[in-house]
Amino acid sequence: MSDMTATTTSVSEALTTADGRPLKAALRRAQSLAKRRAFMLVLPLLAFIVVTFVMPIGELLHESIYNPDFHDNMPETVAWFAANPPSTVPDEAAFTALADDLKTSAAARTVAQVGTRVNYVMPGTRSLFTATGRKAKSLQPPYKDALIAADPKWGDPDLWATMRQVSSSYTADFYLAALDHTHGPKGNIVPVPADQAIYLMLFERTFLVAAAITFICFVIGFPVAHLLSVLPLRTSNLLMIFVLLPFWTSLLVRTTSWIALLQREGVVNDVLVYLGVIDAHGRLQMIYNQTGTIVAMTHILLPFMILPLYSVMRPIPPSYVRAARSLGATSWTAFRRIYFPQTLPGIGAGSLLVFILAVGYYITPALVGGASGQLISNQVAYFITGAGNNWSMGCAIAGLLLAAILILYWVYDRLVGIDNLKLG
Amino acid sequence: MALPIYASPLERVWYYTFRVICALVLFFLIAPILIVIPLSFNAQPYFTFTPDMLAFKASGYSLRWYDTLLTFGMQFPGHVRDSTWWADLWQNAKWVNAAKNSLIIGFFATIVAAVLGTIAALGLSRPEMPFRRPIMAILISPMIVPIIITATGLFFFYSSPGFPFPYLTFHPFGLHFGYFSTQDEYGWRLAGTYIGVILAHATLGIPFVIITVTATLVGFDRSLIRAAASLGATPTTTFFKVIMPLILPGVVSGALFAFVTSFDEVVAVLFIGSPDQQTIPRQMWNGIREQISPAILAVATILVVISIAMLSALEILRRRSERMRGLTPQ
Repeated sequence: MSDMTATTTSVSEALTTADGRPLKAALRRAQSLAKRRAFMLVLPLLAFIVVTFVMPIGELLHESIYNPDFHDNMPETVAWFAANPPSTVPDEAAFTALADDLKTSAAARTVAQVGTRVNYVMPGTRSLFTATGRKAKSLQPPYKDALIAADPKWGDPDLWATMRQVSSSYTADFYLAALDHTHGPKGNIVPVPADQAIYLMLFERTFLVAAAITFICFVIGFPVAHLLSVLPLRTSNLLMIFVLLPFWTSLLVRTTSWIALLQREGVVNDVLVYLGVIDAHGRLQMIYNQTGTIVAMTHILLPFMILPLYSVMRPIPPSYVRAARSLGATSWTAFRRIYFPQTLPGIGAGSLLVFILAVGYYITPALVGGASGQLISNQVAYFITGAGNNWSMGCAIAGLLLAAILILYWVYDRLVGIDNLKLG
Repeated sequence: MALPIYASPLERVWYYTFRVICALVLFFLIAPILIVIPLSFNAQPYFTFTPDMLAFKASGYSLRWYDTLLTFGMQFPGHVRDSTWWADLWQNAKWVNAAKNSLIIGFFATIVAAVLGTIAALGLSRPEMPFRRPIMAILISPMIVPIIITATGLFFFYSSPGFPFPYLTFHPFGLHFGYFSTQDEYGWRLAGTYIGVILAHATLGIPFVIITVTATLVGFDRSLIRAAASLGATPTTTFFKVIMPLILPGVVSGALFAFVTSFDEVVAVLFIGSPDQQTIPRQMWNGIREQISPAILAVATILVVISIAMLSALEILRRRSERMRGLTPQ
């Protein structure tokens, strides 16, 4: 005890613990130990997520800029491109390299891959590669004449420019293509012809549909959240089942029931016919189009709007509005000036969440979207596992979508905070 | 919210209009869920109410779609229902197998997500946790990033042979369970395996566990830990006797979310699973895309009943949690 009084009263000496270490150092040590302990608890999960989530996404991004199909299978042609500047007219050496590469890749059965890679940039060239590949063995020097005799397209300078363009393993071309742009004849970046430009339109449609869904969710979710927040807790808990049951029900179940409800011979059309609103021959097409997508997705995402709104509205004291009324505000003014501003955090949280989820939606548009209800996610699936069969392109579109989502996620974190994400 | 006594006539009209609007929205939310239940008992292969059904005639209703559900894919569905029939059902019926797969994958994915998620949530809610915000953002991101992007990434990642899980390439105790990595001419890989799908589903379920458990820990009185320590409890004893009972409702509801996420997940299964991993959602997906029959509505009805059970379980947990933490319902 006398020791302690001595150290605390002495101004010149630094504070120390009982065993003589400086207090600051001991504190720092204890804190860093606690920090390390907390971090060690999180580490297993962090490692798990990095391996099963972050690295796969990295692989996806890598795939979007990496396509070695031409580079790996046409080494001599690639070497010729490297040795000669872009404007060089392909000489006999170039054609010899090309013919040798075609021979080896035809023998290795990779010529179709090469053709597909060139075909991504210059449609209609895949068959050129496969057809010449079949005849490659019989090609005799001089190769320039032999190849041009096999198919005059081999003399096309555009083809050579395209081959030069795809000869590098790493390329940003797929991103360019995903933005409806391509390389022009002089290597400059130009928009693709209007009839081939679909991706920007799809991005635009995706964002418009997501915005429409968010808006509808807000308009119909706000009154319900408000009602739930002002009712006695017992009643509101009971009514909450109406919101939570859909939230807990399988997505596929909800999509299926919308098909059952909205199809031509479905319940809604039957009711409308029965009520005489429409005539039996004029049944409405409400599914397998954009309407179907919007209706089903609004239903699926509505709980994500109502729940954050409810959690913000519940603690707002009703006395504020009553005070405004007592001071002479009309009910509309009291709502607009007093109540509504207090609900803004909930509106922001709900809208952002619904918008983020809607932008990346895949299952519902794929099942009920028809042609006009397809969104950008469906295009990714089309290229990866569907008929599109162009992995790099699918990954580039996914990369752009991911960038958009991450920006929105960042905004969400800044405005709402991920900690405030609540479920049910 | 009773109508105040000073309300003007216009406000009275609005008061009732408002309630009608809310009723309509709640109807919009619940009707599509409930409509599948009567429709699944349709005696006809239609998706709408037949005149017989509307007249409540017994002939309008039947269990035929449930029967289809049970026997679909069986070798001899028409046989006498003896032990061989049940064995055939257990072996070959498509929906039964889908249910088995969904339960296996869901169970293991939930265990992984709940264990890792709970431990991490304990660390994340300590006040001294460094880099809390960015780490939290990474751990929650599987919920935010569109499933199509995650599935595409996994599609490439799992197709890489022997990487990143070279340690899974052995068969434990020399037994081949069929749940581990597959081998083909490219070597070992996770694509088309149970392990691959389980890991993917665990990843998707983790954010829910983190969110629910950290929410439970917000009201956690940390002095309880010190009290336990002062009474001589080891950290392990403190965890199982003091922390665990208090956060259990959060852990269980997080696990329920994780299970439901896995039980309802179709895109990752489609991208990285082989036909061996035919789950209920995948079977439904095929059913909806190919020939949609009321058998799908029968599955939907069963799933709705399951989700009602889940919701009830969650509600019981919530009340228990509030009681234990001394937060009495108002």
